[in-house]
This record gives sequence, structure tokens and C-alpha cells, in this order.
Amino acid sequence: MSYVSYEIIGIVVLWLFLFGYIIVASIDFGAGFFHSYSVLTNKHHIISNIVQRYLSPVWEVTNVFLVFFFVGIVGFFPSTAYYYGTVLLVPASLSLILLAIRGAYYAFTTYGKLRSNWWTYLYGFSGLLIPASLSIVLTISEGGFIEESNNQLSLQYKTLFSSPLTWSIVILSLTSVLYISAVFLTWYANKAKDRAATALLRKYALIWACPAIITATGIIVELRTHNPVHFQRMLDLWWMFALSGILFITTVYLVWRKKSYGLAFSLLTGQFFVAFYAYGLSHYPYLLYPYLTIEEGFTNEGMALALIIAFIAGLCLLLPSLWLLLRLFLFNKDYVEGKIK
Amino acid sequence: MESEQAVFYSRLLTELTLSFHIIYATIGVGVPFLIFLTQWLGIKKQDDHYILLARRWTRGFIITVAVGVVTGTAIGLQLNLLWPTFMELAGNVIALPLFMETFAFFFEAIFLGIYLYTWDRFRDQRKHMLLLLPVAIGASFSAIFITMVNAFMNAPQGFELMNGEFINVEPIVAMFNPAMPTKVAHVVSTAYMTSAFVLAAIGAFRLLKGSNHIYHKKALLLTLKVGLVFSIASAIIGDFSGKYLAEYQPEKLAAMEWHFETEEQASLTLFGFLTNGDEITFSLEVPYALSILAHGNPNAEVIGLDQFAEDETPPLYIHYLFNIMVIIGMIAMIIALFYIVGNALNRSFIMNRVFLWLIVSTGPLTILAIEAGWWLAEVGRQPWVLRGILRTENAATTSNHVDLMLLLFIGLYTVLGLASVIVLTRMFKNNPVEQEILDQQRNGR
Repeated sequence: MSYVSYEIIGIVVLWLFLFGYIIVASIDFGAGFFHSYSVLTNKHHIISNIVQRYLSPVWEVTNVFLVFFFVGIVGFFPSTAYYYGTVLLVPASLSLILLAIRGAYYAFTTYGKLRSNWWTYLYGFSGLLIPASLSIVLTISEGGFIEESNNQLSLQYKTLFSSPLTWSIVILSLTSVLYISAVFLTWYANKAKDRAATALLRKYALIWACPAIITATGIIVELRTHNPVHFQRMLDLWWMFALSGILFITTVYLVWRKKSYGLAFSLLTGQFFVAFYAYGLSHYPYLLYPYLTIEEGFTNEGMALALIIAFIAGLCLLLPSLWLLLRLFLFNKDYVEGKIK
Repeated sequence: MESEQAVFYSRLLTELTLSFHIIYATIGVGVPFLIFLTQWLGIKKQDDHYILLARRWTRGFIITVAVGVVTGTAIGLQLNLLWPTFMELAGNVIALPLFMETFAFFFEAIFLGIYLYTWDRFRDQRKHMLLLLPVAIGASFSAIFITMVNAFMNAPQGFELMNGEFINVEPIVAMFNPAMPTKVAHVVSTAYMTSAFVLAAIGAFRLLKGSNHIYHKKALLLTLKVGLVFSIASAIIGDFSGKYLAEYQPEKLAAMEWHFETEEQASLTLFGFLTNGDEITFSLEVPYALSILAHGNPNAEVIGLDQFAEDETPPLYIHYLFNIMVIIGMIAMIIALFYIVGNALNRSFIMNRVFLWLIVSTGPLTILAIEAGWWLAEVGRQPWVLRGILRTENAATTSNHVDLMLLLFIGLYTVLGLASVIVLTRMFKNNPVEQEILDQQRNGR
């Protein structure tokens, strides 16, 4: 194994965990939103049971995916701590506050039996704001929002918030959160043999499908003027985006025809997986345009090797445990149908 | 000027987050171990009281874990946001245990989710109990890995420094630095100790509030036994910490003991106040004790503050923090010892109201000791963030908005702290154990 390939391994693994976070967190955020929306419209008897049964045992695991990603990226690419750490103080702190609201909801409402609609709305709403605030990182990574003067980095808020790219990415994060989560919950509700919930969630899935794909396409167009280098590299990978598009259409078709929701969700995961890696590949070699590339930001060889070994050892421990978790709460027929507690 | 303010507020915000997080983290490390012990006793003795105890502790514990997840994520991200230069430099050498900590926590979170939702899913109670093992192990290993990082900040090694960059990095050597053994042992042991006293305080409080149920007495005896064992262990480890400091961070030891002049047969200064810079009043001098603490030999020479440049020693107020930590540890140990001996000899004083109030006080006091201990550890390392390599003032962010973020997080922690207290009190007030035992009997268990 040559030295060069370590950083590729590192970024591929981290990207995988970020992808994992995007999927599981989207389910969590979207479900929370649907739950509070249903409380608002007095339909909560339909959804909340499904939402609570799935979300409660797994939310901490969801959070760890995020922690894993940011600890991992600082481990493999310590320079990211300097660049992103300096400029993200305000946006990341806001994300932290929002994540805290969600954690607190689980702590106090789910475990602590504190019932308050006000909390529930805050919880549902925070689920939409978190993806919006976290997605700012992707926007910043495209370059053009950081100024460097006298050895000091600063984020140009005005440029950032007046850029159409920023808002397209924010909207994409919102629509895809709702879309991913609706498709997943349709499947889960169907498994739970809850007809009313299935019908409602299927409707949500179909409503959010179009906005999600339109904003995704919109971002590619935005990049054309904002970051032509990245745009060109994306065009070179057109076949990946095309594949992702085909997967999208198949998913929507299956949901629309009320056929095999499980397969539909797998295809959706595939759609986001392909698109996410295509985006990542075209972003290569930059971690932050134009300051930081993967090669420059990489840690030393000793640390890289140690991290990769630790990662493999950790996976051997984690994968069976995750499998057990899913088997007990997601793939257990009796649990899903609510026959056991 | 602006950057000085950024450093000041960064330190304040880090201090705030750590001080808040450490309460939940300590409980998070210690309580699963106690729940495991209790559930095991319950199964072994076929005593439903212990099972119920484990069950009720778990209900409270998950709330503290959930808040701990939040504050833990906060400190993890804030390290990068507030100390980007430090993380960039240190990340090259000490990222490994940080990375492994996430795995340990991952492992813990998965099994905690399973444990919580499967109380009645296994016919064999032992299977359910075994699910707690990965939770307790994961929690303790989280503490071990994170403390390794903190130990590295005190005794950095495993690299060579060249033009401000680390080369020839050996991550394992960095992890197993000289500060590691005593620090890790002390953190884990005090977490078990503090959790035991916090739970003991709850039991004593219920007894004071009119309950006379054997359930609380069982809880009290068990937790105070654990508390005694780990307070003794913490004291012994503390002695080893003194020897570590004398060897590797003599300026920290000298500052916390107000040891100004290098001398042999050094005496230990207890209590006291500092006036006019270096005049100690109202103190208790224990002859030879500092030499014994530092080197295990009453005649040994202990390096004093006179050997260091003034801008390379920590502030002298850490002596007070050291005293608070040690005195509370001793008080808790003595109270636990009295209870256990009194119980064995069947003496009635252990149910005396004043004595029960003393037990209640050990809960908040040991938490205070944890706080004092961490402030001592962190302030005592100043002016360094990475001892001998990177000064704190050069490691902070240059952003201008840290003061605003500080206010934001003060608000957040106030809400979280208050809500934790309200929810936990309500939870146990609305469902007292006597009621739950009755319900269980009625349901034919």
C-alpha cells in the first residue's frame, strides 16, 4: 500500500460516515417534523406511534455518526480543524444549540415524560434548521466566502447569505430531509400494518419528491458560475448523476404504484449514495476551495496507519452491534407492529 | 487587543462547557457500572428490590446520558471551533484516542438503546443484564480515551518538533504518555466514587423525607460500600499523581502546594490563605509530608517555584482547588466508613437525621470535588495548552464572535440544567418506589 492511498482511504471512509449520517439523520429530522406537524394539525394519533417507536432507540446512534465524522476528519486531516474551525464558529455553534434542543426533547419528553406541545414544535422545527445550518459547511467548501488577511481567516457573512448557491443548498437539505424520511416512514408504517399512517406518509413522500430533485439540479447549475472547476468535474461524472436520476425515478414510481416500499427505500439510498459520491469525487482534491487539498491537509503516515487500523478494529465491534440493534427494532416484526414493548 | 479578548472568551466558554459536561459525563461513566452491579446482585440474591433499584436508576440515568450526549457533542465541536490551532497541531499526534473514543461511545449508545427498550423482552433476566456490560465498558473506555488526550496535553511525547511541525509521530507512544496512568485511573475511579455518593444521597434523602422502606436502606448500604472502595482507591491514586507531578510537572505541584523554595524535607501546606503574593496565613504545615507525597521519602528534595520563570507557572489559587478536592474526598470517605461500620455493628446513629443529612451532602459535595479537580488540572497546566510546546494564548480562535457564543451557551446550559433537575425530581416524586412495589405485587410479580 503506497503512502498516497492512505488519504484516499481516509476520505472515502469519512465520506461514507457522512453519508450514513445524512440518511439516518434525515429520517430522524423529517420524522420529528412530521410528528410535530401532525400534532399541530391534530393528526398525531396517526403518525406519532410509528415515529416514537422507531426513533427513540436510535437517536443517540444517529448523533454518533456526526461526532464520528468531525472527529475523524480532524484525525485524518488536522488542517481542517484550523480552516473550518476558525470560520465555522458561529454556524456550527448554532447547529450545536439546535442539536441540543433535539437531544433535550428526547431526554425530557421521551424519557422524562414531560409533555408540552411547545417543546414538540421546537423539536420539529429544529429538525429543519439543523440540516440548513449544517449544509452551510458544504457551501463554504466551494470557496469564495472566506477572506484571509494578516494571517486571519474570516467568513464573509454578507457574501454567504446573498449567494443563491447558499440558499439552493439550504433548500436542497430541507427537501431531501423530508423526502428521505417520508419514504422510509412509508415503508416502516407499511411494515407496522398501519394503513392510515402509510397512506399519509406516502402522500408526503410524493409531495416532496419533485422539489428535492429540482433543487438538486438547481445546485449543479449554480455551481457553473460559482465554481467552474467543480462544475466541469461534475460534468465529467455525468453518468453518475444520470444513474442517480434513474434511481430517483424508479423510487418515485414504486411509491406511486404502492409497490415494494422496502425496495423503494433501498433505491432511494442508492440514489443519494451515487449522487453524494459523485459530488465528493468532483470536489476532489479540494477539502476547501482553494485553500486546502486532501494532500496538503493530510496527517502523517504513522497516524494515518494507526487510525485505519483502529477503524477496522472498531468496525468489527460496531457492525455486529448495529446489526443487533436493527434486528431488534427495525427488522423485528413483533416490535414494529407494536406487539411487544 | 481583539485577539486577547478572543482568548479570554474562548477560555471562559471552554471552562463553562467542560464544567457543565463533566457532571453528566461523570454520572455517565459511574452509574452504568452501579446499575450492572445492582442488577447482578438482584439476580444472584433473587431480591426484587435490587432489580427495581437498577430499573429506577436506569430511568434517571438515561436522562443524564441524553443531556451528556448533547454536552459531549458540544465540547467535541468546541475544541475545534475555539482552539483551531491547538487541534491542528495536536491532531497530528493525539487524534487516535479521540477517534477511538467515538467508537467506544458508539458502542455504548447502541447497547444503551437496546438495554432501555428490552426490559421485558428476555425471559432470562441475565441476558438483559449482559446488555449492560457493553454500556458500562463503553462508558469507561470513553473516559479512558478522552483522559489520554488530556494527559497528552500535560506530558506531550511521541513526536519530534521541527520548524513548528511534528515529525516522526508515534501515536501509541503519545497515548501512553507518563501522565496517562495516574490521570486515567483517577478519572475513572472518582467517576465511580462520585456516582455512588450521588445515588447514596438520593437514598438518604428519601429516608429523611419519611420513607422507612428497606429498599432505600439496601440502596444506601450498597452505594456507600462502592463509594468507600473508590474513595480509598482515588486517594491512593492521588498519591501516585503527586509523584508523577514531582517528576514531570514540578511547577504544577509547587503551585498547588504553595511550595516557593526548593528544599529537602519539605512540609505540606494545608488550607491557608495567601496574602501579599507569597505570605501564607492560617495554614497547617505537615512536616515532611510534601517530600513523602512527591518522592515517597521524607528527606527528598522537592523543586519549588523559585526554579521557574514567572510566566511559566500556573496561578497560585489552584491551591484552594486542590484543598477543596482533597477535603471533600476525605469527608466522603469517612462518612461512608461510619455508615458501613455502624450498620455492621447495628448502631442506630446511622439513621439519625443529622447523619442522613451528612450523607445527602456527599452527593453535591463530590460533584463539587470533581469540578475542583478538573479546574485544578486545567488551570494548573497554564500557561500551556500543550505543556512546553503551545501556549494557550497562541492556540485560540481569532474570531470576533466568541463573546456572543458564550452568552448563547450560558442560556443553553441554564435551560438544560434546570430542565434536568425538574424532570428528574418530578419523575421520582410522581412514582415513589413504595407505589411501584405495590403495583408490582398487584400485578402478580
